[in-house]
Amino acid sequence: MQKTTRLGVAALSAVLALGLAACGGGSTTTPTSSGAPAAAGSTGEFNGALTAVVNPSDKKGGILKLANAGDWDSLDPGDTYYGYSWNFIRLYGRSLVMFKSAPGKTGNELTPDLAEGLGTPSDDAKTWTYKLKAGIKFEDGTPVTSKDVKYGVERSFDKEVFPDGYTYFNDFLNWPKDYKGAYKSKDVNTDSAIETPDDQTIVFHLKQPLSNFDYFAQLPATIPVPKDKDTGAKYKEHVISTGPYKFDKNEIGKGFTLVRNDQWDPATDPNRKALPDGYDVATNVNADDIDNRVLAGDLDVDVTGTGVQPAALGRILPDPAVKAGTDNPTGTRLWYTSINGNVAPLDNLECRKAVEYAADKTALQTAWGGEFAGGQIATSLLPPSIPGHEDFNTWVPGADNKGDVTKAKEALTACGQPNGFETNIAYRAERPKEKAAAEALQQSLGRVGIKLTLKPFPQTDYFALYAGKPGYAKDNKLGLAMNGWQSDWPDGFGFLQQIVDSRVIRDTGGSSNISVRDPEVDKLIDQAMEQTDPNSRNGIWTQIDKKVMDDAYILPNVWAKALLVRSKNATNVFVNDAYGMYDYLGMGVK
Amino acid sequence: MSFLELKDLRVHFPTDDGLVKSVDGLSFALERGKTLGIVGESGSGKSVTSLGILGLHKGGRAKLGGEIWLDGEELVGASAEHVRTLRGKKMAMIFQDPLSAMHPFYTVGSQIIEAYRIHNDVSKKVARKHAIDMLGRVGIPQPDRRVDSYPHEFSGGMRQRAMIAMALSCDPELLIADEPTTALDVTVQAQILDLMRDLQRDFNAALIIITHDLGVVAELADDILVMYGGKCIEYGTAEDIFERPEHPYTWGLLGSMPRLDRDRTERLLPIKGSPPSLINVPAGCAFHPRCTFEDRTGGKASTEVPQLVETEGGHLVRCHLPRDTRRSIWETEIKPSLEAS
Amino acid sequence: MVTYIIRRLIWSVVMLSIVSIITFAIFFLVPRLAGATSEDLAARYVGRTASAEQVKVAAEKLGFNDPLVVQYGRFAKGIVVGADYDYGPGVERCPAPCFGYSFLTRLPVWPDLLDRLPVTISLALGAAVIWVIAGVATGVLSALKRGSFFDRAAMSIALAGVSMPIFFTGMVSLVLFSYGLKITVAGGTYTPFLTNPATWAYDLLLPWITLAFLYAAGYARLTRAGMLETMNEDYIRTARAKGLRERTVVVKHGLRGALTPILTIFGLDLGLLLGGAVLTESTYSLPGIGKYAIDAIGRQDLPQVMGVTLVAAFFVVVANLVVDLLYAVVDPRVRLV
Repeated sequence: MQKTTRLGVAALSAVLALGLAACGGGSTTTPTSSGAPAAAGSTGEFNGALTAVVNPSDKKGGILKLANAGDWDSLDPGDTYYGYSWNFIRLYGRSLVMFKSAPGKTGNELTPDLAEGLGTPSDDAKTWTYKLKAGIKFEDGTPVTSKDVKYGVERSFDKEVFPDGYTYFNDFLNWPKDYKGAYKSKDVNTDSAIETPDDQTIVFHLKQPLSNFDYFAQLPATIPVPKDKDTGAKYKEHVISTGPYKFDKNEIGKGFTLVRNDQWDPATDPNRKALPDGYDVATNVNADDIDNRVLAGDLDVDVTGTGVQPAALGRILPDPAVKAGTDNPTGTRLWYTSINGNVAPLDNLECRKAVEYAADKTALQTAWGGEFAGGQIATSLLPPSIPGHEDFNTWVPGADNKGDVTKAKEALTACGQPNGFETNIAYRAERPKEKAAAEALQQSLGRVGIKLTLKPFPQTDYFALYAGKPGYAKDNKLGLAMNGWQSDWPDGFGFLQQIVDSRVIRDTGGSSNISVRDPEVDKLIDQAMEQTDPNSRNGIWTQIDKKVMDDAYILPNVWAKALLVRSKNATNVFVNDAYGMYDYLGMGVK
Repeated sequence: MSFLELKDLRVHFPTDDGLVKSVDGLSFALERGKTLGIVGESGSGKSVTSLGILGLHKGGRAKLGGEIWLDGEELVGASAEHVRTLRGKKMAMIFQDPLSAMHPFYTVGSQIIEAYRIHNDVSKKVARKHAIDMLGRVGIPQPDRRVDSYPHEFSGGMRQRAMIAMALSCDPELLIADEPTTALDVTVQAQILDLMRDLQRDFNAALIIITHDLGVVAELADDILVMYGGKCIEYGTAEDIFERPEHPYTWGLLGSMPRLDRDRTERLLPIKGSPPSLINVPAGCAFHPRCTFEDRTGGKASTEVPQLVETEGGHLVRCHLPRDTRRSIWETEIKPSLEAS
Repeated sequence: MVTYIIRRLIWSVVMLSIVSIITFAIFFLVPRLAGATSEDLAARYVGRTASAEQVKVAAEKLGFNDPLVVQYGRFAKGIVVGADYDYGPGVERCPAPCFGYSFLTRLPVWPDLLDRLPVTISLALGAAVIWVIAGVATGVLSALKRGSFFDRAAMSIALAGVSMPIFFTGMVSLVLFSYGLKITVAGGTYTPFLTNPATWAYDLLLPWITLAFLYAAGYARLTRAGMLETMNEDYIRTARAKGLRERTVVVKHGLRGALTPILTIFGLDLGLLLGGAVLTESTYSLPGIGKYAIDAIGRQDLPQVMGVTLVAAFFVVVANLVVDLLYAVVDPRVRLV
């Protein structure tokens, strides 16, 4: 009797285990749609929202529900640095100019928001003037003046109160000496940097010419802040709105809600439709839970826009019905490998060419997460969505992208290392994908005799102390270093300047540019900075891209892609190339 | 019929290794006011018998056979629930080790109160008064203070008194004491035995004392029943057993008692061998492997189970040795060695 | 007894102080032993675009150049009397106990902790009630019916409960019950008790059950083992001999005897859980201090992590003390010395 009961128990346990495994949630590859019932109304096709509007509608009303797996760095316009935050902030703030709320490439175009038109530069491109529209008010009815815009920029200067923001205005405007920002230099006259001759006019004075200052003007720091309501580091608890929505409840760390701002005048704002009645945003929600909820239709948007978790991938890709409700945009991020010319024998162009030819790019793509979650194989620097991008492939790694061993070996012979050579490859220890990519390179380069030794470093000091510090890199033979870059805005300057300008490389370390040292490239950059005509300017960036590739200082891996799930309840769903994710301004509720 | 009468009681336990016959056909009778001493080694079936009388085997794995008559009611066939109502009220038990037999987390008072209130519908206050009375009755000083003490706060003797108080709290008519003094010092033993004698007289209870210690039964018992291997092998009055024992096992028990009036250099006369397995009881007479005189039974000891037979006036013996042989062995061999000093 | 309590309380305070010193050392001493400079420590507080100059200023301002004892003293002082922090246009008082303020969120830590504590307490206490009742009841029944189908089935399910991690059972439950059948709420939903007790309970139903499942298993086994032992004790036989109903014997005498180890484990489990039910809160996106801790760790927000560590330590120390006191209450043989 004992034996049969034991068998019975074993059988029971087995059945239990199988039953639980069959229930959804696992990353099995068998197409199972249990757990995520095919929600009603999933229209469109795969990538349908990349260049077109899915579920177009003008219907007003409803609450849009969003969730964030982490938390905003800050809701304060002077202290936020994430693309999704800049995307979202347009709901409660209006900057001087903004990216158009339109699908695909149109989203890259700048259009005036607070201002009547795009900026007017002086001849030397060191002074930029904007004229504000009339009739724009804060949520309490106070009219917005140019002084409020100036104040917004001045307060963002203080990096102690606002440590997370960017320093573009700090670095490029002509601030008075020893200026410490609006709080610590309260009574200092900052007219040398920003002038407000009248309530509708604002003038920016730069230290050097900048042809693309409009991109600065779209930064959230130009969102007006009323000085008498400014509470510094606490302002993010209730940001005073100039947009179609204002804050209702805000519990930092848990979430917030937006409701309609009755002081927003649609007549002054052709850019925003303001369809929903409000927004419900939850923060610090479990990432896998977010995916499950969006797939089930319980949630509308995963607000960070970085793509689904691996578990959800397993449910989406094999099931055509579910896949039809997703989009796979390519963002403005490039994952690449720096080839350091300071480390022999990579000082020789031919040896660098060998690295470019030998690399198996499909293996790299797999290491980065594959075709959908990793990225598109990159053949140059500028991602496809950035103006100035051209499709070219300087060092073709074979017809199948798995590497051209023959050409690699030829290059090795030409640089005097016919049997290959040894060097080290650096990567950030906390990033498993970087490690995987480094290992893929190790394998593919090993085929032609280039022996790589993997060297992990902590990510906090990667640039400051190790791979990014010229002395250290040279002494420790870091010939290759894994790297990545995302532009702050979609133009050549935003993307390329920090990674190909040799003048940003400091002996004290810290720059993202590890390997590109070409005085001709530097000259081209200066030219681009002065060229105020966008088309010509973009042409120069294309030249720069080609020149750096010719120099073989960079081995591009992939342009990052994310797999996004479309909301089942939202209207006007489309990807905005400027942010590489769904545009949060245009969405409405069914 | 007597107040308590057992007729051929059998308590068998089926186990994986076989059927354990703890009690295999036991009969005796007992009147109120009288004391029966049940004597035997460990494993002879003494405790199992007492638990059987109390009905504590019901609901377990034991198989009961035979009859137990208590004041005219038959208990083996009675329902477990009915027997439960009798427990504590009509019949009560005093256990061997009062420290482990009482719940360590409850005060002595509360345990007595609990015992009392099961069978008497009274308030806590009344029950508490009764508990204090009982504690005084059994000779515990300052009972109104000690009623709130925990078992571990008593000395061994006091603890056993408390246990007795608990057993007597509902005026039981049958009291069974299972090795009541084994866990106590010799000096305390005497006090407890005196107490029990007094209480029995006061309550007019029928008392069964179960022990392996002949000294104890010598004090208290009117009748003595010697058990071996689940059976009664000798039964008689105290005088019969001590003056005229007729079973070799009883002789062995008497001989193995250390006595102060004997010379210390005299060796004890232990019974050779060890108690029998109750699963594989020796064939024939259960005692025969250990019996010095089995060769005088003419081979019957190992083949035939001896019957319990009256030897004289209520004195029963279960042995193959002829009566005369037994008596002569007693007079000539055993008795002198016991009295040697 | 009173002297014992006082002595333990004093020792608890000492214990917590030691914990705070160790925590402080881990965050501010160990990195230095590994070669970090004041600037390296300050770099975590200043955001990614700070220049070397700004980092140096921050290091000075944050006091990283002061001797460690002074730094700890400042920290301890903050807990006792509070501190000030400069939020730009003005200076704000961070009242005692001031566990510091997070340089990443620019908010003081203690109000956050206070805000989140009710969530963790709700989760822990609710689950505790369920798992104790379910676990002990199952354990008692299993012990009484040892060897029966119920016993074996119960112990097998118990094994499953202990083996399956909460992030698995939690995720599956959410997908099945919340998004599939729609009979429970979505992850992240929490209503404070005072706002609406009924909704509060309904929101926490799924987390309570999955968390309780994990613990009930252990308690069932523990109770079963304890009961099997106590039911063999002599005092059980005495209780029956007194004529008590079997149910009374089992509960009042048997279970009471088996209670002590269960109580001990319960106290410790609850103490640890109050310090943050990290996995459960992460799985269900509940804004408790466990989730707070994990988010803070991910962001390397040291003041927040320190705050949670001290709160968790507090609960564990208190739990230990309570358990020891209860021990004496439950078992009168225990003498508190």
